[in-house]
Amino acid sequence: MDKENNNERDELLTPGTAEPVEAVNEEAKPQETAETDQPQETENLSDRVKVLSPAQLVARRFFRSKLSMIGLVTLLVLYLVCFIGPLFSDMDYKTIDYNGGSSSQSTEITYTVDGETYTMYDITYTESINLKAYPSADHWLGTDENGRDVLMRVLYGGQISLTIGIVVVVLETLLGVIMGGIAGYFGKWVDQIIMRIVDIFYCIPQMPILLICSAILAANEVNGIARIYWLCLVLVFFGWAGTARLVRGQILSLREQEFMLAERSMGVPVWRKIFLHLIPNVLPLLIVQMTLGLGSVILTESTLSYLGLGVPIPYATWGNIIQALRDFTTLQYHFHIWGPPGICIMLAVLSFNFVGDGLRDAFDPKMKK
Amino acid sequence: MEEKTENTQESTSPVPPKKQNAFVTNAKKLFQAGIPRASLQDYDKTPPTEEELKENILIVNHLKKYFPVETNLIGQPIRYLKAVDDVSLRIPYGKTLGIVGESGCGKTTLGRTLLGLYGKTAGEVYFDGADITDFGERQMNTIRKDMQVIFQDPYSSLSPRFTVGGIISEGVAVHKIVPRDEIKDYVMALMERCGLQPQYYERYPYEFSGGQRQRICIARALAVKPKFVVCDEPVSALDVSIQAQILNLLRELQTEMQLAYMFISHDLSVVQHVSDSVGVMYLGSMVECGPTDRIFENPMHPYTKSLLSAVPVPDPRRKKDRIILQGSIPSPANPPSGCRFHTRCPACMDICKEQAPVYREYEAGHSCACHLYPQE
Repeated sequence: MDKENNNERDELLTPGTAEPVEAVNEEAKPQETAETDQPQETENLSDRVKVLSPAQLVARRFFRSKLSMIGLVTLLVLYLVCFIGPLFSDMDYKTIDYNGGSSSQSTEITYTVDGETYTMYDITYTESINLKAYPSADHWLGTDENGRDVLMRVLYGGQISLTIGIVVVVLETLLGVIMGGIAGYFGKWVDQIIMRIVDIFYCIPQMPILLICSAILAANEVNGIARIYWLCLVLVFFGWAGTARLVRGQILSLREQEFMLAERSMGVPVWRKIFLHLIPNVLPLLIVQMTLGLGSVILTESTLSYLGLGVPIPYATWGNIIQALRDFTTLQYHFHIWGPPGICIMLAVLSFNFVGDGLRDAFDPKMKK
Repeated sequence: MEEKTENTQESTSPVPPKKQNAFVTNAKKLFQAGIPRASLQDYDKTPPTEEELKENILIVNHLKKYFPVETNLIGQPIRYLKAVDDVSLRIPYGKTLGIVGESGCGKTTLGRTLLGLYGKTAGEVYFDGADITDFGERQMNTIRKDMQVIFQDPYSSLSPRFTVGGIISEGVAVHKIVPRDEIKDYVMALMERCGLQPQYYERYPYEFSGGQRQRICIARALAVKPKFVVCDEPVSALDVSIQAQILNLLRELQTEMQLAYMFISHDLSVVQHVSDSVGVMYLGSMVECGPTDRIFENPMHPYTKSLLSAVPVPDPRRKKDRIILQGSIPSPANPPSGCRFHTRCPACMDICKEQAPVYREYEAGHSCACHLYPQE
């Protein structure tokens, strides 16, 4: 399977002549192979063949890996269902179901004052909320402890969780690339300063700081949507250091390559060198890092929301739906409340990891199973 | 091709006058304070005459490139690796200077230092009629298109994520050599001239063999219409049949575009084939320099003699007296006293161990640094 995969391109170029083993080697190290010129006729033949850019080769390898395809499809389904699903329902994440049935109760109180007997009727009419209902036709996943539809909350929660993941990862990658790029390219004291900052970020215990941050947010009565933005910023603030270190290391080694010296002797401006020659060469690593990072951001967000520090109620995220676990009876008897968001988190993180692994393998043709 | 002749006519391009603000000069002075003054200024600064500037595209006087190998506590260097030590040379317009020497003698560093790719420690460089000694990075960028370099390794010197067309046209676009919409045609014509099929324009470097990659490198260097190209061992990574193709291509392009080359190689026969004059380097300094035929017929320096005696002769009956040097090249971080070659010289005298010989001209254009010849 693997061999076939890698041969396809070469077979296209030189039909019938490429030996499997050679072809694998050639693709394994496209930059080091020092083979002599191909015979003239195959060369002419290859001129008619569509040329694949490195990105297309990577895409090919990626789409052949089963596990990463499973991950990709799962993610697509999750995103589609979360963003499109709620459109088909008249409920949303904060609609409370008041159809829990009604009951009236009358209490008769009789007492005697001065030989006379009075009777008092205390009638209570109760319209109850349909809470902790088991799955039914109305509520496919039942309702939670406040009578809100669990399915709707999971879908809306997915919107927030998945969006936060992307926003945070994109922002922290941008910040990381800028900081790491500057450090790696300019070196010397610039590098020293930025990398020491990164070191400091590495030794700050993240969770306690996050707790303090959300306490500050709560104290300043930052609520609702604003709190979600702040949460994103805080996560970005603590996440860029890893990316910066990665990018800096790569750029340090790329900078010493001869092609960068060639760019310099060409008098190419600095921005062009950084953004057209250095960053594209770091991009594969970045994409892998981002995909794997998405999973961990979703986990962090869930943890914070579970602890009640993240996205505030009534907004739903997968993390704060699971908060229902704190109630012992819910844990014991109502799997339908905390099970679905948990499974969603697991599916999303697992899929992101599958896709990330698949991308890493696809970018690195030397890695063979 | 008409454009190219136009280009050579305006040979003395006006270079923007250099501006140095006081802060930079002071900072430089402060930095140089760490370097022993004697090693920086042990010669009389003699600017070349107008005539010399008109004749030579490149004049290098007492060029030094020291790499710090040891620094003291506050970061000032205390010991150097003298990769290039006091090298002077000149290259006339349209001519080729070959540089030969053992591995590690500083040939590549010399080339890169005079192009400004490495900052120089001391010395003056005059290029195309202008003093570029104190040019900063920004000023260098304005003249970079006139001085190009072809690297030794065609594998690592091409940006892996660019297409061949992208690689060659980058310099053209940056320096606005031709209008934007003509770039593609221009590059394709150049590719054809360099022996690359134009349909390779959209290909990536990894699809090519070493010889083709070297052609891409040559096309890239020539795309900006330079006047001077440093060829840093352009053929040593290639097999012999392709070496000849590349060398002939370089020669053809030289006559076509009036290029001046500095041809760095350790292959004497290659250098003899392409050069008008030859410089021989040993341990960072030039030991002999002169016209190619003079060097090959009448070498003066014992090191040149031994190098030439090592060239294989395709005649089994002819016996050559090989001068086989003992030992290997000493470390440039700790060079021998006196004449640097004295540890391996077959004609070593007492004075060689103590006093460095003067590099002076003996015949027209033929210079040498050796105690065997009169020092005055």
